[in-house]
Amino acid sequence: MLDLTYETPKIKTIAGAKHDWELVIGMEVHAQVSSNAKLFSGASTQFGSEPNSNVAFVDAAMPGMLPVINEYCIEQAVRTGLGLKAEINLKSAFDRKNYFYPDLPQGYQISQLYHPIVGEGEVLVEMGDGVARMVRIERIHMEQDAGKSIHDMDPNMSFVDLNRTGVCLMEIVSRPDIRGPEEAAAYIVKLRQILRYLGTCDGNMQNGNLRADVNVSICRPGQYEKYQETQDFGHLGTRCEIKNMNSMRFIQQAIEVEARRQIAIVEGGGTVDQETRLYDPDKGETRSMRSKEEAHDYRYFPDPDLLPLEIEQAWVDDIAANLPELPDAKKSRFIADFGLTDYDASVLTADVESAAYFEDVAKGRSGKLAANWVINELFGRLKKEDHDITDSPVSPAQLGGIIDLIASDAISGKIAKDLFEIVYTEGGDPSDIVEARGMKQVTDTGAIEAALDEIIAANPAQVEKAKVNPKLAGWFVGQVMKATGGKANPKAVNQLVAQKLGQ
Amino acid sequence: MSIDQSTAAKVAKLARIKVEDDALPALASEFNTILGFIEQLNEVDVEGVEPMTSVTPQRLKRREDVVNDGSQQEKVLANAPDAREGFFAVPKVVE
Repeated sequence: MLDLTYETPKIKTIAGAKHDWELVIGMEVHAQVSSNAKLFSGASTQFGSEPNSNVAFVDAAMPGMLPVINEYCIEQAVRTGLGLKAEINLKSAFDRKNYFYPDLPQGYQISQLYHPIVGEGEVLVEMGDGVARMVRIERIHMEQDAGKSIHDMDPNMSFVDLNRTGVCLMEIVSRPDIRGPEEAAAYIVKLRQILRYLGTCDGNMQNGNLRADVNVSICRPGQYEKYQETQDFGHLGTRCEIKNMNSMRFIQQAIEVEARRQIAIVEGGGTVDQETRLYDPDKGETRSMRSKEEAHDYRYFPDPDLLPLEIEQAWVDDIAANLPELPDAKKSRFIADFGLTDYDASVLTADVESAAYFEDVAKGRSGKLAANWVINELFGRLKKEDHDITDSPVSPAQLGGIIDLIASDAISGKIAKDLFEIVYTEGGDPSDIVEARGMKQVTDTGAIEAALDEIIAANPAQVEKAKVNPKLAGWFVGQVMKATGGKANPKAVNQLVAQKLGQ
Repeated sequence: MSIDQSTAAKVAKLARIKVEDDALPALASEFNTILGFIEQLNEVDVEGVEPMTSVTPQRLKRREDVVNDGSQQEKVLANAPDAREGFFAVPKVVE
């Protein structure tokens, strides 16, 4: 019922020296679960704490310590799955991914390779008015985050902080359905939006709470369609994985740069090696992470410390019943119920707080007028001062009050902007302010007429000109507005001017 | 599947266990004995049999999302060969 109709975006092609090439992109997004404690220990997940202060002996991999799973993390993975319209696996299991690195004291990461908790789902990625691509989700699994290594504190040593070790991540794996750098960024934006609506991840990319590994390959036009028909990766080029991206801008740059590198190799008669690469934004290039090559042999096996994870359908149903309204549904409803444009509805549903604010303002009022004021005036003003909707000095009730005054013709649109500025900077009840400061629109034709008569009497030459050239009527309107301090009802003034000038 | 010496060397390297070259033939042969036994196990038809994960039926134990551990930097770092300013200090590893 809430299906948005959309066209698929045009596929970006990159011109090589010999041919045109298309891009094929799949992403693995790591989203940190917004939990208080870690996935398998009772240590805090607080960002920015003293180094190694949020570490339980489980996280430090002390001998004999056993992991005990955080139930809240399971629930968030299920919620996320449901939010991405994915199948939930009532039985999943944990595996060990073995590799050695200083920030991984266990010598393995607990992950879910063989039996992830969430199966196939989908994300509708919007690319502007009526254009969108459905990106399929392959799976979501839970896993432990690693610690953090700091390399710039000492010339010869790396410093390791295990505070992040063992924090719960959801790895959200997409199918290779993304076809360009802009789509990749839009995919992250949409995924982040859904996660924030669900409250399962705060989406803070700067702190690394949302980061992506991007798989990029190139193919000649037509090849991708063959892959779609057969699901045979043989029709696509060899992919490279760009690790650990946490900026939308860099993701786009890295994809573009990596695609061009692969095109140059293939057109030069070489072959692309499947490998892990890092993007260097300073040099604008990707480079091979040679150290990862060998480590790719992870020797996964079921974690003997953890029984399989079994959850009950009734529990899943309960979570499903309590899901919030999600972005696509909210957007459709805003378009249908408030008569908003696709664009306005997108802007207003970008985050839960903006949407809730708008709904408060629009309740019982003109949706379009409310959208206009929230987007153009309020958002514009907030942005100017780096404010957020959550700390807006103007409440929905106040903004609604201003809109009511416009709707009842008590003030003009122009005065309303002045009024908004007063409410924004000084606060107060809009209708009280209008009363107290005499901002009410003059609709009394007698008063407008008197002002107009004075102007006509003082400017006989203008009157003569206006009789010949009706466009000059605007000058009289302007003079009346000036004489009345902008408070005259523009409609009434226009009418009177036309009448008096005999037009 | 049979394990040759170079595979044995690779497995040892992945596990960060130092094995001298002259110990590799014996290691490879041990691996082969183990894998041979597993191949024998593989002959058993387990079609439709759920893997047994515990002797008595048990449900994976859960914890609540409560912070009740940590704040023990000193203890965590106690066994570190080198620790500075609250961090483990290790030989430089940089990409």
